[in-house]
Amino acid sequence: MNDDRPLTGQIRRHGPPPTLSEYEDCGGYAPVRTMLSHMTPEDVQQEVMNSNLRGRGGAGFPTGQKWSFVPMGADAPRPKYLVVNADEMEPGSFKDRLLLEGHPHRLIEGIIIAAYAIQAECAYVFVRWAYHPSVIALGRAIREARETGLLGHNLLGSGFSLTVHVHTSAGRYICGEETALLNALEGHPVIPRSKPPYPQVCGLWGKPTIVQNVETVCNLPHILAHGAKWFRNLGKGKDAGTKLYAVSGRVKQPGVWELPIGTSMREILEHHAGGMQEGYAFRAMQPGGGSTGFLTEDHLDLAMDFDSLSSVGSRLGTGTAIVLDDRTCPVGFVRNLEHFFAQESCGWCTPCRDGLPWVERLLADIDNGNGRPQDVEILERHVTLLGPGRTYCAHAPGAMEPLKSALRYFRSDFDRHIHDQRCPWKSQGTEA
Amino acid sequence: MTKGNTDSITIHVDGRSVQADPQRNLLESCLSLGFDLPYFCWHPAMGSVGACRQCAVKQFKDESDQAGRIVMACMTPSAEGTRISIEDSEAREFRASVIEWLMLNHPHDCPVCDEGGECHLQDMTVMTGHVSRRYRESKRTYRNQDLGPFVTHEMNRCIQCYRCVRFYRDIAGGEDLNVFGSRDRLYFGRMTDGTLESEFSGNLVEVCPTGVFTDKTLSRHYARKWDMQSTPSICSHCSVGCNVHLSERAGIMRRVTNRYHSRINGYFLCDRGRFGYEYVNHPQRLRRPAVRASRENSVSLIPLMPAEALAQLGVRLAQKKRIVGVGSPRASLESNYALRTLVGGEHFFSGMSEVEHHHASLILRVLKGGPAPSWSVQEVEQADAALILGEDLGHTAPRLALALRQSVRNQPMEQLERLNIPRWQDSAVRTALHGQKGPLYIGTVAGTSLDDVATRTFRGAPNDIARLGCAVAHKIYPDSPKSSELSLSEADLIREIAEALASAKRPVVVAGTGTGEAWVIKAAANVAWALRRRGVAAGIAFALQECNTLGVALLDGRSLDRTATTGADRNRDAMIILENDLRRRLEKPTLDRWLEQFDPVIVIDHVDEAVPDHADFVFPAAPIACSDGTLVNNEGCAQRFFSAMPKEPDVEESWRWIRDIARHASRDSFQSMSNWNRLEDIHDAIAGEFPLLRRIGETAPPAPFRIWDQKIPRAPHRFSGRTALPMLETIHEPQPPDDPESPLAFSMEGTPRQPPSPLIPFFWASRWNSNEAVNKFQDEIGGPLRNENPGVRLFDAQSRRVIPFFENAPPRCDRRNNQLLLVPIPRLFGAEELSARSSAIRERIPQAAVVLNPRDADRLGVRKGHAIDITAPGLVRRLPVETDETMAGGVAGLLVVGDGAYVTLPAWVTLRRAPST
Repeated sequence: MNDDRPLTGQIRRHGPPPTLSEYEDCGGYAPVRTMLSHMTPEDVQQEVMNSNLRGRGGAGFPTGQKWSFVPMGADAPRPKYLVVNADEMEPGSFKDRLLLEGHPHRLIEGIIIAAYAIQAECAYVFVRWAYHPSVIALGRAIREARETGLLGHNLLGSGFSLTVHVHTSAGRYICGEETALLNALEGHPVIPRSKPPYPQVCGLWGKPTIVQNVETVCNLPHILAHGAKWFRNLGKGKDAGTKLYAVSGRVKQPGVWELPIGTSMREILEHHAGGMQEGYAFRAMQPGGGSTGFLTEDHLDLAMDFDSLSSVGSRLGTGTAIVLDDRTCPVGFVRNLEHFFAQESCGWCTPCRDGLPWVERLLADIDNGNGRPQDVEILERHVTLLGPGRTYCAHAPGAMEPLKSALRYFRSDFDRHIHDQRCPWKSQGTEA
Repeated sequence: MTKGNTDSITIHVDGRSVQADPQRNLLESCLSLGFDLPYFCWHPAMGSVGACRQCAVKQFKDESDQAGRIVMACMTPSAEGTRISIEDSEAREFRASVIEWLMLNHPHDCPVCDEGGECHLQDMTVMTGHVSRRYRESKRTYRNQDLGPFVTHEMNRCIQCYRCVRFYRDIAGGEDLNVFGSRDRLYFGRMTDGTLESEFSGNLVEVCPTGVFTDKTLSRHYARKWDMQSTPSICSHCSVGCNVHLSERAGIMRRVTNRYHSRINGYFLCDRGRFGYEYVNHPQRLRRPAVRASRENSVSLIPLMPAEALAQLGVRLAQKKRIVGVGSPRASLESNYALRTLVGGEHFFSGMSEVEHHHASLILRVLKGGPAPSWSVQEVEQADAALILGEDLGHTAPRLALALRQSVRNQPMEQLERLNIPRWQDSAVRTALHGQKGPLYIGTVAGTSLDDVATRTFRGAPNDIARLGCAVAHKIYPDSPKSSELSLSEADLIREIAEALASAKRPVVVAGTGTGEAWVIKAAANVAWALRRRGVAAGIAFALQECNTLGVALLDGRSLDRTATTGADRNRDAMIILENDLRRRLEKPTLDRWLEQFDPVIVIDHVDEAVPDHADFVFPAAPIACSDGTLVNNEGCAQRFFSAMPKEPDVEESWRWIRDIARHASRDSFQSMSNWNRLEDIHDAIAGEFPLLRRIGETAPPAPFRIWDQKIPRAPHRFSGRTALPMLETIHEPQPPDDPESPLAFSMEGTPRQPPSPLIPFFWASRWNSNEAVNKFQDEIGGPLRNENPGVRLFDAQSRRVIPFFENAPPRCDRRNNQLLLVPIPRLFGAEELSARSSAIRERIPQAAVVLNPRDADRLGVRKGHAIDITAPGLVRRLPVETDETMAGGVAGLLVVGDGAYVTLPAWVTLRRAPST
């Protein structure tokens, strides 16, 4: 095993994913075998708790702590469920796809570990509709695992049973919200549920359920293989483990890399992504996907971990950065984002359902040269009005993060659009 | 919503310390305390879901917290020491912004919208202070749907509060209305155009906070809320006695709306009750007295002035020694009593058929003599286990069915406390319960609308259902008689039901008169009594046929049985038929023979179709909607209704005609009626004669009641056209029509204060123009109305009394060769006489038919649509066949849709495919 890249070390750049036997030759499924014969579910929960693994879906909730809320023991409601969120819909994010297509067996091994830890007998992988190769790769891997007795009834004679279903979703951004995902899985309209009750107690079909991001689950095998302390030491700062970082935009080498969590943005941008393309200058970046606030040149030396980024008003999110260059209109950029968020609103609560389309249309007006001076004030008001606690879930507050930071860093660009009644980038003919 | 405990707590609202109920959320607390806090998605009977974000307030951690944070009042519990501000500028700004968002796409078509003037969205908009529009983009539009004769659809006005689908699906169990789409392109409607299937669709009109769903019957004769005179009344279309508001303008009944009653209908009505009112406007309604000079040569009835008609009748009656009176279960207690007084107890018929009369008396016996209390609709809604025997409640007592649908959640809801989820938090409750249902067992002849929430259903002939019911009673308490011939699967079902009921805290047994079989009533009594004997706090509820069936049963009349309908002497006897279409209760040959023997036959009614060919005198009665009186509902609760219209010339309440007939005929009985000028005078007489009815006068304040010397106005203070309306007749402003009968006035002048609950003419409060104003009439949201008089419960169960069970449970219903048991299948639309005269209801009445299980149909060689001949002693009919998978085998159902032909059911009949023509 490639020790400093446990998640992606075995992924072949241009080849098929490792088969079961190939994976087992490199030590795959050994942690599961050890776990099933030597560890209690409580042991597994404790080890993951000690590892300080935090959810990689965006919120960064400690995984072990999440599991501790699941009712355990003989009296616990049955069945319990594990749901893996593979509905990767965050704009700019393509990290889970790498894991799904590149190494499905690692995910399955992680699923077995997580399911065992909470004693779930059934797991669903909720895959984004467009990820066809992922579904095929997962299906093949599940078949192999079942044939070897790693899935199904009475795993390896341990008495623990687990069925894994792959569910191809109809594809909505809001499925990233775990309770909305559960509604989707049950066949209901995709609207987030009220909490409490939390899914750990009352989730899928009303039963205890854990919803976990693909990347989070993929970290479990090597936590069990090498121990919590080893995992904690993989990180550069306070956070533990490695993280899949990605960069898109006008950089020389857009891509996704597994790096110690806490690597600085400058290192990722300059060293791994190769810096900006010729003729383009860096203006800002969204560090963790479309719903994270812009950061500028001044922030490049920050560590890309949960706490450092929230300290400057942004979020690590999915860790997949989008770079804004100097030849792209920031108003148009934000308009594009808000178009996405308005379209992906589930329609449940008023501020999000009706506020986001208004924001989108105002941005379109400004971008098209029809902006009015009071528009910026209306936009600013929406940043507050659609903030946390005022909407039913985190969708609209997430949508406001890029707008809020754009109004802060690019205010003069907004004003210029409105004053000149045209987009300066469009008139230069350099709009890409 | 269930009421909380009485330990109140202190919360702080804008610096004021006030007492609140910890079982409630902040929105409910604020509204109960009289604060105006706008809301949309929350509904007192549906709880909170946090969708509209309109009720935002600022919450502070403690005294030192100056910043606070915005929370939704409907999603935040009232806890000891909670500090909130409604007036906080940030909270106000947020609430105004919510309205601004909701208004982005709203068409602002208030002038042409039926909701205008009683629109919750208008009220909330004004309340938040949002006035000027900043959105300059185009609006979204929709295509509207034709939803049938009751409800109009105008989606462009929608503000996406989700109330409609939550009511229609979660509360009423309907499946054909849903929300489609997402983001700002939601569509609330049906998959395709078509009539809304739920029997509660009319509630959408009131549940919708704006004009998406409006009353289609109102729009045919539209008037604004402020232009209508409204009156408190009681629904006369089934036995449940829901409270309604009747609204009138210019002599036309315009609509029916829900009148909140904390023990009966709560916030919802059924469609028969809401849309059945148009019988009042029926063009053929009897409005003038008429006399037939002779029955020979089909001489027709000639209209006459009332005095002349009465004088002629007086002459005809003077020579007669005896008058037979036929009362009516759809006439007021007072009118029935007046008739009884005129003719004397031994000549007074209850007006019910033999079977109907027997069942009503039986139910009365069970309710007042037995140990199981008669439960109101809301008590049934609080039951945690239920058994329905025989009755298809969705068609015979829909409001009771709606209550039972809610009751299945009560047992699973007990786990909420452990999960720390308050009951008002509807979305959390539904997530936590995840469709879990408490015990509900339904035994009927065919499938019912409650089957989808039933634990188990069982089918059979009415006697078989009763046999199983008796077996359940025996299982619960072995002193109860045993049923014979139980199969293994039946024994298993019986054990399951008995255990579910006996282990519940508040089980209820429900039956009724719909199957025409007395044993289902007895079996229900046996089960309820067995539970009581075991110490379980069980209740019982029955569905009867008409709005005053129980009331007229209390008056000790005779039934229209065979012996009664023979003994009469044409030369000596006269007959008065009070508001009764006897064709619905006697087979035609019997009826004709009977009426032949009387001279004259006097009919007092408002339904032209009810006047038999033999009628010699017809006096136009005021229907319940246009008169004052008392009805006794299925629970045994007496309630007052008031006239929604000024008195029409020549039309009188039936009891007045009867009094006048007595006077003109110089009857001895007139002595006791001579001082009857007002309802209260009759009440005194009734109370003196019938101990059970001694409190009959307490159902509402008496006619002289005043508030600060003022009457209660039926018209709102904005009523317009007072002088213009009568312009065609007079250019002078006439006096308002007099109403000496009641404390209500046909006027906009009077007290602005809230009257006692039986007299509330409409729900309207300052700043609250829609029906949501009902909040302002309650001390506690969802609780009793302020100054509530819920009616008079006439009798209570004898909870300690040990009375014998009904013995000799019926044997298994054997199949007969070549014969099927024909049972009545009452239909919501059509089974009740008055509502069936309403044009909107008429569109929904199914065709009369015989319903067969497909296997029985195969055996008879018929298919859906074929004609079939029914033969039995005294009965020959040809009807089309309907097939229904859920129909019990060996049983044929006759749809009761008021097609005029009466048969005594259940009866064994021979069915044969009619020769094709």
